[in-house]
Amino acid sequence: MTLTAPAVIDERIKPTGLIQTLLRRPEVGAAVAALAIFIFFSVSTQAFLTPAGVATWLYSASLFGIMAVAVALLMIGGEFDLSAGAMVGTTGLIVGIITTEWGVNIWLALVIALAIALAIGAANAFVVMKTGLPSFIVTLATFFILQGVNLAVTKIITGTVSIQGMSAVPGFDAVKVFFGSSFSLFGMDMKISIVWWLAITALATWILLRTRSGNWIFAVGGQVTSSRQVGVPVMKVKMGLFMTTAGAGWLVGMLQLFDVSTVQATTGIGQEFIYIICAVVGGCLLTGGYGSAIGAALGALIYGMTLQGIVFAQWDNNWLKAFLGGMLLLAVLVNLYVRRQAGVRS
Amino acid sequence: MTHAEASAVPPILEVRDIGKTYGSILALQGVSASVGVGEVLCVLGDNGAGKSTFIKILSGAHVHTQGKLLAYGVERTFGSPREALDLGIATVYQDLAVVPLMPVWRNFFLGSEVTRGFGPFSQLDVKGMRRITKEELARMGIDLRDVDQPIGTLSGGERQSVAIARAVYFGAKVVILDEPTSALGVKQAGAVLKYIAQARDRGLGVVFITHNPHHAYPVGDRFLLLKRGTSLGDFKKSEITIEEMTKLMAGAAELDALAHELARP
Ligand SMILES: Nc1ncnc2c1ncn2[C@@H]1O[C@H](COP(=O)(O)OP(=O)(O)O)[C@@H](O)[C@H]1O
Ligand SMILES: [Mg+2]
Repeated sequence: MTLTAPAVIDERIKPTGLIQTLLRRPEVGAAVAALAIFIFFSVSTQAFLTPAGVATWLYSASLFGIMAVAVALLMIGGEFDLSAGAMVGTTGLIVGIITTEWGVNIWLALVIALAIALAIGAANAFVVMKTGLPSFIVTLATFFILQGVNLAVTKIITGTVSIQGMSAVPGFDAVKVFFGSSFSLFGMDMKISIVWWLAITALATWILLRTRSGNWIFAVGGQVTSSRQVGVPVMKVKMGLFMTTAGAGWLVGMLQLFDVSTVQATTGIGQEFIYIICAVVGGCLLTGGYGSAIGAALGALIYGMTLQGIVFAQWDNNWLKAFLGGMLLLAVLVNLYVRRQAGVRS
Repeated sequence: MTHAEASAVPPILEVRDIGKTYGSILALQGVSASVGVGEVLCVLGDNGAGKSTFIKILSGAHVHTQGKLLAYGVERTFGSPREALDLGIATVYQDLAVVPLMPVWRNFFLGSEVTRGFGPFSQLDVKGMRRITKEELARMGIDLRDVDQPIGTLSGGERQSVAIARAVYFGAKVVILDEPTSALGVKQAGAVLKYIAQARDRGLGVVFITHNPHHAYPVGDRFLLLKRGTSLGDFKKSEITIEEMTKLMAGAAELDALAHELARP
């Protein structure tokens, strides 16, 4: 089964091709930055490398990472989704409210929340594709709608802004196995979300680089008219991408709900830009058509490490925002450089 | 008159009195032409003459509003480029339908990827597609360094050739080329003309759109001249010289006026 094609060696390819090939990979910058930040906090704080410390920043990174990977796929496909953060709250609230207030079966509640999320994702895609409006604006509208509805509806039904009594719902513990459990690894108490994060990153990478759908995602983000001309089903691809970010929002909503057994009506608000920043730090171009899932996962790792590293170092956590801005600027500059290196003529 | 002498084998593509209006704008009317196996039909005309409109009808991008379109002698109305493609009518647009940031081989197979495995587990046959891309380009006389480089890094002529090679590989019976040489230098335009001749020699019909008679004349068998949306005629090579063609296209009176205007006092 190890049938290999004869390697065609061409003298016109510079022998220094390895570095060039590496530079062509979008996630290289993020990998270097992640390593630097890892070393920095490992050396400068006591807690960072302890088992508890590692488990903490990996958990943080995992929740952002799942979203960042989905957002990266969408950005490679040439679109944004600003409603992705609010979706985390919406899905958590749906499950929380209909199980605790109305006694709906918990598994059914999961399915209902997922269906609603996917429908909202599809609606985003539909409006964007049918009107030709920028997804930035369309999903900004969705974001505000979800934010408002999350708060208003939660208040009407529960009289408060959070869900109580979730852990008393029948079947809670069974569902918790999938979304809120932990396992022990090398003495670390790892949250299950880390497994989801790694699995989703691996799956997304395989889809992007090794499947037809992945080819189409790059194509619709890179040149939508060309894609249409060669028969790529543009509408289907974009629809799938918006539904993926919505679905990822549902997953993270469940991971949070079943971890802490409650959900606030404001959950996820303000995170949408962090997902985009993670994706960009991971090498996604804002203009679409270029990027990587591994890069986005690394972007989230950088964010998770910094978020917790600043706590461990006992710095004022306002530095996090400043750091994030700096990272973003640096990433955009690196991307610009890489793009020029790749020598793509316009 | 050219259609009266048509033999028993119908041409691959034929249009009769075809026309197209965009709302109230008459972009094309009363145009007749045909292209057969191993034949090159050149469509000439100035900017705005209706060349792009003409090929959009042939390629299924737009539906004609007047006249008839026949493929292999059967009347058709293409609802989408896919329908035209399924009949072997492939179009290489001015913008080439490539995605600049994607590797050459991914562009070559875009929309027609080769996969292995079943259902959700099917994945791209990356090795196979890389190899075929390299081979097919070589068959067209294009020797590419690296099929993994972004297609945007190729020269205009190379990109054009990749687009033609792609159409040929995917079973095109007719290749429609929209101004493939207009943005190219002399040398690169020459190379593209060579690929057109190659495609013709391999038995394809070629519809070659250009506004340059010097590009059209050496490679063409028939010449359809368009001006302001109407046909000035469909000529065989033996029926027209390059000078006549140039004059017809520009309008002899207009050329004379221009010569007069530019003359030294
Ligand atoms: N989509 C369209 N809507 C309205 N008018 C159009 C459209 N496409 C082309 N036209 C008009 O039809 C005429 C012919 O255009 P076109 O076929 O693009 O010419 P060419 O390719 O020879 O330069 C022009 O006057 C152009 O303005
Ligand atoms: Mg044109």
